Amino acid sequence: MGKGDLAKESPQQYYLTPESFAENLGAETKLKSTNNFSNHEPLSRKPKQYESRIEKEPPYYFLFTTYLSYLVLICFGHLRDFFGMRFKKANYKHLREQNGYAPLNSDFDNFYVRRLKLRINDCFSRPVTGVPGRQIKLLDRETKDYCKTFQLTGQIKECLNLSSYNYLGFAQSEGACADAVENTIRKYGIAPCSPRAEVGTLDIHQKAESLVARFIGKPSAIIVSMGYATNSTTLPALVSKGSLIISDEHNHSSLVFGSRLSGAFIRVFKHNDMEALEALLKECISQGQPRTHRPWKKILVVVEGLYSMEGTICNLPKIVELKRKYKFYLYLDEAHSIGALGSRGRGVCDYFGVDPNDIDILMGTFTKSFGAAGGYIAANQDIIDHLRLQCHAPIYAESITPLVAQQIYSSMKIIMGEDGTNEGQERLGQLAFNARYLNLNLERLGFITYGDNNSPVIPLLLFNPAKIPAFSRECLKRNIAVVVVGYPATPVISSRARFCVSAAHTKQDLDYFLKACDEIGDILQLKLSQQPSRFTIEQVLRDGEKSM
Amino acid sequence: MTTYYPALNELFVFLNTTITQISRYTSRIPGSSILLKYVKNSHQDDPYRSLLELLLACFVVWYLFAKKYRTDNFIELTRQEVEELVDEWQPEPLVTSLSEKQRWELEKTPVIVGPPGHKPKMSNGDTVINLASFDFLGLSNNELIKEKAIKTLREYGVGACGPPGFYGTMDVHTEFERNISKFLGTEESILYSQGFSTISSAIPSFCKRGDIIIVQKGIQISRSIVKWFNHNDMNDLERILKEIRAEDIETGRQLTRRFIVTEGIFQNFGDIAPLPELIELKKKYKYRIILDESLSVGTLGQRGAGLTDYFNIKTSDVDMIVGSMCHALCSSGGFCSGSHEITDYQRISGPAYCFSAALPAPLAVSASESLAFLSQNTHLLVNLQENSRAFRNMFKDMNNYVRLDGAADSPVLHLRLNKQVLDFSEGNDDDNDNINSNRLYNYHGRRHNNNLSETSDDSDKADRVLQEIVDKAMNNGVLLTRAKYVRDQEHFGIEPSIRICISASFTKKEVENIAITLKNVITNVLRSKTREIPSATSTAYTNGTK
Repeated sequence: MGKGDLAKESPQQYYLTPESFAENLGAETKLKSTNNFSNHEPLSRKPKQYESRIEKEPPYYFLFTTYLSYLVLICFGHLRDFFGMRFKKANYKHLREQNGYAPLNSDFDNFYVRRLKLRINDCFSRPVTGVPGRQIKLLDRETKDYCKTFQLTGQIKECLNLSSYNYLGFAQSEGACADAVENTIRKYGIAPCSPRAEVGTLDIHQKAESLVARFIGKPSAIIVSMGYATNSTTLPALVSKGSLIISDEHNHSSLVFGSRLSGAFIRVFKHNDMEALEALLKECISQGQPRTHRPWKKILVVVEGLYSMEGTICNLPKIVELKRKYKFYLYLDEAHSIGALGSRGRGVCDYFGVDPNDIDILMGTFTKSFGAAGGYIAANQDIIDHLRLQCHAPIYAESITPLVAQQIYSSMKIIMGEDGTNEGQERLGQLAFNARYLNLNLERLGFITYGDNNSPVIPLLLFNPAKIPAFSRECLKRNIAVVVVGYPATPVISSRARFCVSAAHTKQDLDYFLKACDEIGDILQLKLSQQPSRFTIEQVLRDGEKSM
Repeated sequence: MTTYYPALNELFVFLNTTITQISRYTSRIPGSSILLKYVKNSHQDDPYRSLLELLLACFVVWYLFAKKYRTDNFIELTRQEVEELVDEWQPEPLVTSLSEKQRWELEKTPVIVGPPGHKPKMSNGDTVINLASFDFLGLSNNELIKEKAIKTLREYGVGACGPPGFYGTMDVHTEFERNISKFLGTEESILYSQGFSTISSAIPSFCKRGDIIIVQKGIQISRSIVKWFNHNDMNDLERILKEIRAEDIETGRQLTRRFIVTEGIFQNFGDIAPLPELIELKKKYKYRIILDESLSVGTLGQRGAGLTDYFNIKTSDVDMIVGSMCHALCSSGGFCSGSHEITDYQRISGPAYCFSAALPAPLAVSASESLAFLSQNTHLLVNLQENSRAFRNMFKDMNNYVRLDGAADSPVLHLRLNKQVLDFSEGNDDDNDNINSNRLYNYHGRRHNNNLSETSDDSDKADRVLQEIVDKAMNNGVLLTRAKYVRDQEHFGIEPSIRICISASFTKKEVENIAITLKNVITNVLRSKTREIPSATSTAYTNGTK
């Protein structure tokens, strides 16, 4: 777990920067980093209640300046385009018709990327090396042409990693999982080179699938080699023309892609708003299909367990209640919540104490909590059988490689406590503590964050577009890697930074991060919450653990 | 008068004060004086105009607050009616129960116990020789590549734990991108984490509403206009291109992006796309070409660099090469190669790139290693071609029963039953039909034609006969597979087949033995089906048993 990240020698062509991250934390943490599952009290097994949280608004001044900033950026962009297209024609060649070929992307489509995103390109796609564990090694790069191209400097910057979806800390190059994977590579080789339905089914796939089914609490499961494809190929295999998909407005791109591909009619409801969902259900069922008013063949409600950009947890108890009344089918995407929520790590069902059998289709990915790759669908036997024959992924796509299947199997065994150790529970406990600790204390410092207090994904609102790169660069200066996102991935107004906490983080890591956040928050004017009582950073570091 | 009505007087006073109050407040709003002046003046000039303006203002207010009306023929229902309808509604089951054929299909899926590769062990305990997986170069158990993968595992772990945009781009990924670009001779490449999703993400990232795509293979997601041309039929392609040009001139529409999409080696037929002709047509009619080289990279050409290498064509003539590392390169994932502009744009708009976690590092490294291994061992390609040709030659005398679809140099062969054989097995002696007729399957034709039921019945029967061959072959130590499809979602009915993939790792003797075994199995199976065998086949049989 994270151990060895520091001790391990970096690839020869790079060398460590003198001020590596560990030194910032002080010697004490250096020692602690070798065993960082501190002993917090065991997780309570009691199911949680759904807490609705009101989205906090910043002062109007910041809303106004945000819109104004975008206006200035857009005007300036158009101004540059106007002169550029006249005086620097060569730079705009790719947007013009060229000897009879239409341009690959149009001037208009490309505007945002060319004039807004380009300015802050240094905050995205930062190249990394090594294990994306507690720390992440960034390959230092520089730009000489204002972010158009980057050159690696050959240096490595070791940063505290608040960006990877490494919830349970299974991104490791050592330990039981890695050892098992090494053995699997030696035994099985790299890949079976065939889809599941042809000759790509190995015993290790079946072993992993039955474990997944048992972990989720469903009779059967199927594993697909890519999380995105799991969604985008399963939905078309379940519904088609004449059916209705009701989708949460913040659903992931893969769900949207799959829904469109299916040919079913799509309606969208306001994020996590159960009243809106119920009203929509009433309307859709009573009205039937558009124009013909025939009854829908099936209605599939598609929601996520934990929303990766919002940090919100879906109101599953209410949805299940609605499901009983309105007889729709429920597709629950647990890409982020599986492993990360619930006292036994089994996702939102575990978190709320909902029986998995009340949900028709449980989907999830292995990229996040399990440190592997790919996705699964868990459902009743007849549904899985149907998918094995009708879903594109098992028929056409390559089957998952044995080494990835082994990582899934081993990490899941650890979470379930079937490896004979208590490590799984310790990881779960550490993650639950870390998530709540960071959520509460960011709020106490006066930042506006979204989402549930128990969510390991924490979005911190930045608002003004100029603060997007500023926040990211300030964090980088302090050796912290964070993800920042703005329009179009979020609404125009709510640009944000997103932190993913991990079981690999220690309390010291989070305190270091809180300190850095506090400083940056003061520099960038980010403490916009209008709540009356605020903590100072000293109070947080002293009393942060209390009243959680 | 006012003294008689004190109440009225008070009212007037009240009105007066409120009006002055309001005017005082409104005067504070910047610009209100201009409005006031305007109203006063226009009232002075033309009182009716003021009335009209007032009415207009009232209408706007009413419109803004009026109940929204709907255009989608919404029917107003009472609450009780809605509740009744909700109670009444019964959905169809989420999935239909499996048919007997589907159950059979599931049962027949083979399971490999232990390592896949050249000679896998099956769940029934038999060790068989693998003619079904796409491991053309026999790299799946290569020790060198395994060691590299383990070394990477010890440095990077397994998962990348994030999408490429958010700290998921590792140095090993960019290294593979550089390697594959250098290998193919293209400017730049982009790495996807699944081979299958690569093409379905690369195409929609460029093809927007109004663009034109011309294909031989399925594309559903983009909102572009899709036209189909007959498989590998350049005349038909040119006919469509001409049609579109005529339409252009007629309607005078704006120039949109146009693409021709084709596979290098066709997964469903095993033949090779005539790239030189395609390039000629593409240049003549100003189309961009998207070439899916999933099966041809690592198998065709002197260096194994695919179709461009095979035909000696500059890679810059092909706008986009899409390939997969899960076949010859024996890893997982896919790539799209082309100009800087092509790849760069996908990094922002390719859905499966932006929203999916990056490829696990050990897999990226093993793909790089496979490439390096191939570059140093080009004799593998010679072996592969020799093996494919030898195998094909061995089957020449089976023409009466089966045919092997696919180009001579392609390592992918499709074994299909002759229609005559099928008719025999049915006990139907309708031998007027041409033996090699594809009419019944209509796999060259447009969308499903009206005799769909007959077609699916027929492919059903062919499936069962082919499966029997697969089963018997397995008993004789050869692992085969039927080519699997999601039939009701394919745009064209494809004639059932057994897909045979030749590997460079077979020795000459092995190829010979496999072919002999297969021929035996086929004759055995078909002989039991048909009562009467055409004369030529008996010699084939004796040949086989030698």
